[in-house]
Amino acid sequence: MTTLEIKNLQVSVETDDAAKEILRGVDLTIRSGETHAIMGPNGSGKSTLAYAIAGHPKYTVTGGEVLLDGENVLEMGVDERAQAGLFLAMQYPVEVPGVTVSNFLRTAKTAIDGEAPKLRTWVKDVKGAMEALKMDASFAERNVNEGFSGGEKKRHEILQLELLQPKIAILDETDSGLDVDALKIVSEGVNRVKENTGLGVMLITHYTRILRYIQPDFVHVFVNGRVAESGGSDLAERLEEEGYDRFLTAAV
Amino acid sequence: MSLLIDEKTHVDPAAQLGGDHRIPDQSRAARTRSFEVADFALPTGREEEWRFTPVDRLGNVLSDAPTDDREGDVAAGYDVQAPEGVTVGTLAPGQAPRGTVLVPEDRGAVVASANTEQALHLAITKEAELTQPVRVLVDGRGAGRRSNAHYVVEAGAFSKALVILDHTGAADHTGNLEVIVGDGAELTVVSLQRWDDEAVHLAQHEAQVGRDATYKHIVVSLGGGIVRMNSNVRYAGPGGDATLLGVYFADAGQHLEHRSFVDHNAPRCTSLVTYKGALQGDTARTVWVGDVLIRKEAEGIETYELNRNLVLTDGARADSVPNLEIETGDIAGAGHASSTGRFDDEQLFYLMSRGIDEADARRLVVRGFFADIIAKIGVPEVVDRLMAAIDAELELTALSEQHEEPASA
Repeated sequence: MTTLEIKNLQVSVETDDAAKEILRGVDLTIRSGETHAIMGPNGSGKSTLAYAIAGHPKYTVTGGEVLLDGENVLEMGVDERAQAGLFLAMQYPVEVPGVTVSNFLRTAKTAIDGEAPKLRTWVKDVKGAMEALKMDASFAERNVNEGFSGGEKKRHEILQLELLQPKIAILDETDSGLDVDALKIVSEGVNRVKENTGLGVMLITHYTRILRYIQPDFVHVFVNGRVAESGGSDLAERLEEEGYDRFLTAAV
Repeated sequence: MSLLIDEKTHVDPAAQLGGDHRIPDQSRAARTRSFEVADFALPTGREEEWRFTPVDRLGNVLSDAPTDDREGDVAAGYDVQAPEGVTVGTLAPGQAPRGTVLVPEDRGAVVASANTEQALHLAITKEAELTQPVRVLVDGRGAGRRSNAHYVVEAGAFSKALVILDHTGAADHTGNLEVIVGDGAELTVVSLQRWDDEAVHLAQHEAQVGRDATYKHIVVSLGGGIVRMNSNVRYAGPGGDATLLGVYFADAGQHLEHRSFVDHNAPRCTSLVTYKGALQGDTARTVWVGDVLIRKEAEGIETYELNRNLVLTDGARADSVPNLEIETGDIAGAGHASSTGRFDDEQLFYLMSRGIDEADARRLVVRGFFADIIAKIGVPEVVDRLMAAIDAELELTALSEQHEEPASA
């Protein structure tokens, strides 16, 4: 049982002039097996929350805490956060020329586990996970994210989720840019990992569409750098009908 | 015919200077070629072909001086390892084939030529397929000591061979390499620059590629204070194929300059020039100038040249200048590309967010940058040595960064 606790998190980003405050006190607790959908309009700070938890150097934490089973995540390096069990599926995964998917996955798995995976089972695991995500075997020999379509990039993120087996995953707009078929494949992947490992999920999305495939236990509306309202999956349905207007007016 | 142009607009640094103190070459072919030292004045640094080179740091290497051998103490040790199928001899100036292919094109090459009484001659028997590489190990025995060299490699028709020229130690070294690739031969020449920091190395490697012959020239420059290599190719008939590859890694204080010239003077030949380099540390400097001339008679040829530089830290500088002259419209393809980019911190973040520590992440990115050219090299011992050297270079960065941390904290 793992718990990710975000307490009064305040984050700013350096701009040309000065530091700009983006997160203004976020409180959120995610436990193993739970799926929390974070929904909100563009610019509300959803991605900042994801990147700040993962430790991107662009963001400065100015206040609050992030604890993973009581351990202070904010004191960990980017790699240490991943080793501790956090995973960020990125909205815009980065190309790494000359590094094959297979080399990348093996290096990451070794880093997470602290030892190289057993060759025979690893090859089988990779092959199985790729098949489940309907990825061609040739994918393993391509360079990481280089020349990938939008859908391929997202599948590759979920492939890593399946193989690295984190405790808590943050999915940053994994649904954006996906057609329905790809969305189903990716969602099934997430559900599979949840079922197999008891993964806790923070699902950041702009749209309710993905919530038809990944059932959220909690829905949080994110506005102006903090959680404006929390509820069950019925809140998502309400958002589907009303949009974010109600919150935007309130925030002004 | 396909004609590819630069990925981004290249601005000639010379044009930016705006001065008319220097007359650029009319054509690359118009450059002075001569065996007379007097035909090449000492460069000032304003000449077109010297404008990137720190001529004030060249020391003694351009003087018309003999090799600084002393009683029982040579300026540079030579060890030649020639397997069966290779005849080792020497050639005096003017003794063919010496001088039939290589005519000095700059001051460094002409003083090397004039001051090498006996050139090393390596003749690979025609149709011989060597199972072992020919090795020439050059070991400089002291910084600042003049060392002149000229090697002539003659690959007989339809022979197959690998020649490895390996430079270690330190010296003020000028080394000419003259290569005659016989018809239908397959020759690979590797030049490893593994010098100590104080070494200065100027070189002209000139090759003539025979009819239907295949020539691969691989430069690996890792060591040396100043390395400046001109790697040139001409063809003796149609159907020749030339591949010029270069990998370099410059640290603080190093100037690594690579120039190539492919003279397409025969029909239906191909050339591929690929140089890739990484730079780290303040004042690390690299230069790549790639000239390709497609003459009127070079119908149906295909050529492509590419240079990529990866700048790992602040304060390093890479210059990259591709030049393509085309005198015939009847070609299969001609193109060039050049780019210099900084180490991408987003790549680092992506890899580290998957649990990979910073040193390993950097290693992955840099190895990845070199991956395609390393695949082209295809000589296992060179590839292994190169990968090990790249890893060692990166460990150096990691160490220096660790040392810097307490100061900045």
